[in-house]
Amino acid sequence: MSITVYVPCDSSAVSLGANRVANAITQEAQKRGIDIKLVRNGSRGMYWLEPMVEVATEKGRIAFGAVNTSDVASLFDADFLHGGSHALSLGLTEELPYFKKQQRLTFARVGITDPVSVEDYIAHDGYRGLKNTLALSQADVVKHVSDSGLRGRGGAAFPTGIKWNTVLNTPSEQKYIICNADEGDSGTFSDRMIMEGDPLVLIEGMTIAGLAVGATQGYIYLRIEYPHAYEILNTAIANAYAAGYLGENIQGSGRAFHLEVRQGAGAYVCGEETSLMESLEGKRGLVRFKPPLPAISGLFGKPTVVNNVISLASVPIILDKGGDFYRDFGMGRSRGTLPLQLAGNLKHPGLVELAFGVTLREILYDFGGGSATGRPIRSVQVGGPLGAYLPESQFDTPLDYEAFTEIWAVLGHGGIVAFDDSVDMAEMAKYSMEFCAEESCGKCTPCRIGATRGHEVMTDIVNKRDLDKNIPLLRSLCDTMLNGSLCALGGMTPYPVLSALNHFPEDFGISAEHHAA
Amino acid sequence: MTESNQATIQAILTELKDKKGALLPILHAVQNALSYIPPESVPTIADALNLSRAEVHGVISFYHYFRDTPAGKHTVRICRAESCLAMEGGALEHHIKEKLGVDYHETTANGNFSLEAVYCLGNCACSPAIQIDNDIHGRVSPQGFDEIIAELGASV
Repeated sequence: MSITVYVPCDSSAVSLGANRVANAITQEAQKRGIDIKLVRNGSRGMYWLEPMVEVATEKGRIAFGAVNTSDVASLFDADFLHGGSHALSLGLTEELPYFKKQQRLTFARVGITDPVSVEDYIAHDGYRGLKNTLALSQADVVKHVSDSGLRGRGGAAFPTGIKWNTVLNTPSEQKYIICNADEGDSGTFSDRMIMEGDPLVLIEGMTIAGLAVGATQGYIYLRIEYPHAYEILNTAIANAYAAGYLGENIQGSGRAFHLEVRQGAGAYVCGEETSLMESLEGKRGLVRFKPPLPAISGLFGKPTVVNNVISLASVPIILDKGGDFYRDFGMGRSRGTLPLQLAGNLKHPGLVELAFGVTLREILYDFGGGSATGRPIRSVQVGGPLGAYLPESQFDTPLDYEAFTEIWAVLGHGGIVAFDDSVDMAEMAKYSMEFCAEESCGKCTPCRIGATRGHEVMTDIVNKRDLDKNIPLLRSLCDTMLNGSLCALGGMTPYPVLSALNHFPEDFGISAEHHAA
Repeated sequence: MTESNQATIQAILTELKDKKGALLPILHAVQNALSYIPPESVPTIADALNLSRAEVHGVISFYHYFRDTPAGKHTVRICRAESCLAMEGGALEHHIKEKLGVDYHETTANGNFSLEAVYCLGNCACSPAIQIDNDIHGRVSPQGFDEIIAELGASV
């Protein structure tokens, strides 16, 4: 019988040479006349160990990492196919503490299955949520989602059930489901990992959404920076059509749902839902005024559900196990789990899915292992390029939407980027303004002009010019952007800028006392 | 516009123009085929979709990814986002610009490399990251970049 070997097809693993390792293993097996079955799985999310090769044994899957092509021959010599010991041996994958300590609901299958195989998906509890959905009334499906307490994982944390309910109750001959896969927030990659590692869970979630609100067409708006995800999604969609899980007659129910992937074109602002819809309609991605809400008048003027990848990918387990099951995870008004993305200067960067409530410090040190450089972690940006920078004194904040709001920070999409003590926070604040100027859609003045002026003021501050004048000017400008911008791009750029100024005044050339005054 | 470009664009328009929200898929298809969107193709595209030339031009110029000049044989995209900056991405950026002798949105004189900035490749756990054509590379050191370029076999 052939032995199953897993080498991830995840683009981060590939960026470290996974394709070359996969080829080398196939060739070496052929050379030695050994029959293996090579599966390209998603990544388990332990990226410092990628490319991580796994072998299925009687005891369970055994991991080896990080594997280089030059290690392949010695792995065969050590009989790794039967779990033989080797310097790169990590033991049973599921016993690795980083993995074992997690609570994987949305990511339950990522790294385990063949991402595009419908058969494998079903063998690992896939499409059970859809089966239940087909037996429930539309209102009951929406009720499960409402009961679960699921809030939008894209960053805004709006209750998903309320959106769905609004679309369900807005009569229209055509409605749409849009998956916002424009994961532009730097420091985040959980959407990509789902789309490359378990695309069928997203497809199932969108199908459930379509059936729940009466939409027959779905679009995945995918950023152009994810070419691997584009290919994998399209293969998975084709396979789902072939297996009768998409199309005119889903599993013989007589109900229809169609799905298409559309690519963005490198505009960060298109992650904002109204800008995204403009882009899908073939226009410049200018932000729309709200109201009307997309749930009432969205894509092509029709009622539209716009949800993030992780929100939609969390729906199948909610419909499988019930809203109550999901709600029992988490704290306060943050229910369920959040896939956290550990990035930047960390020893053990990767994907950690946990119930809300764990502290930032636990994430940075117990999982992240401290900084990669071995120097103290000085500052952490949570929630993407529009998220606040947190100093060490705030590391005990629990990861919870409300707790972050209280300290004037955002949890956002769960991206965590760590910096060691070599960082210059004034430079980072300048970068935030530059980024906003580069990506502004130009519709509202506070963002379009504010970010450009902000970049100029920050350049002066970095060069220590007229600080007495420029620091108050920066604050005044941030106030205008915060309160006067049309969307979160201009409205939240002040978060990284002002948090850097408030927590790290010394980097801006001003003393803490001066700053307090 | 050359005859072959004209034929390529016509074929794309015939295939895609009846899609809902067809403009972006059409522009992607044109750029995939020709490496850029020739300015002289704008009237043809506008006609097919019943749009004004200004509307089509406006869309092309809005999106960073679309280009109106031919790309080099290879396109190098450097991630400029925070996670890469936290991992010496600034030094890598400096090295690449020096090595290629071009700045962003420029192409080397021999036409081999175009250089673009990108704000996050979603490879943040393997920072710093770059993309060359469709391949993403992680934990790239300045020396690592030189090796990747050497493997491509295109002179700088």
